Amino acid sequence: MVRLITHNLLACHVKGCTSNNFPLEFKDVQLVPHESWGILRYRTKLPRCLDDDFLKTLHHVLLEIHVEEGIMICPNCKHNYPISNGIPNMLLAEHEIG
Amino acid sequence: MIPTPDLSHLRAEDYEHVYEPAEDTFILLDALEQDAEQLKSMTPRISLEIGSGSGCVSSFLGSIAGPSAVLYLCTDINPHACKCTIATGRQNKVPLEPINTSLAHPLLARLHKSVDIILFNPPYVPTAYDEASGAQKDRDIEGSWAGGQDGMQVTDKFFSQVADLLSPHGRFYLVAVAQNNIPAIQRRMEENYALESKVRKISSTFLSLDTLHRSFFGDVLAANI
Repeated sequence: MVRLITHNLLACHVKGCTSNNFPLEFKDVQLVPHESWGILRYRTKLPRCLDDDFLKTLHHVLLEIHVEEGIMICPNCKHNYPISNGIPNMLLAEHEIG
Repeated sequence: MIPTPDLSHLRAEDYEHVYEPAEDTFILLDALEQDAEQLKSMTPRISLEIGSGSGCVSSFLGSIAGPSAVLYLCTDINPHACKCTIATGRQNKVPLEPINTSLAHPLLARLHKSVDIILFNPPYVPTAYDEASGAQKDRDIEGSWAGGQDGMQVTDKFFSQVADLLSPHGRFYLVAVAQNNIPAIQRRMEENYALESKVRKISSTFLSLDTLHRSFFGDVLAANI
């Protein structure tokens, strides 16, 4: 299962792709539990005052939502990393390995 | 005594493609069990297992450190292994997060000095260079043991990543056998990456697993910065 906390730790690692290679953009995703797409436009900057409701929402978004199927696209080189059965495929072809 | 993870959901077909937990897996479990109190008092946040295979080792760590207190990242180059890892996590109620990749490449940019526990039971059996490279490319069971020159071809590549990833008080567990030249491994880790290590002699049984031509006479090395 790709929880959003894990997605937040993955960067593109194609040879030479070293800037603007994070966060990978989601495309065609299936979420579990079912949520609206808007949740995937989350930002990493947090407000200074974190109230309990916000923390509960953050916990839910980062730890309880899984991406089961979909694609993650590098914002820089546009490399596609598929997610299938909750497993991100971050393998590269020989010529792409740095 | 911490119970060995339940692997009853895995079938003979799974073990055609994924390394079945054996003596070397269990010595790694023994080392973690011996260190259980220290590992808990570290209050780890992120653990990373390289080559998680069946998912047995990370599930075991999950029963020590708690299923929800730690993010259990697991990588494996073999897609069958990633499926088994996720299933074993579910079976043992530890949410394991497998990533199908070589070593820790896609995590390096984001996990600089922030992984508290790194676990690696590497392909350590000495083989020809081409056999080890071919096995990594094939992404199947052979990649779990074929280790190339001195059995260190894959492990040596990982050391620089360990130094990048490990948190200030983080700990790295590595399984090694005598043919890997353990004193030389320790020297390289210390001189090149300031990783201090000690050898844990846990098992001295000799096993010959004919199906894999894998023999085992090994130790666990625990290292930290």
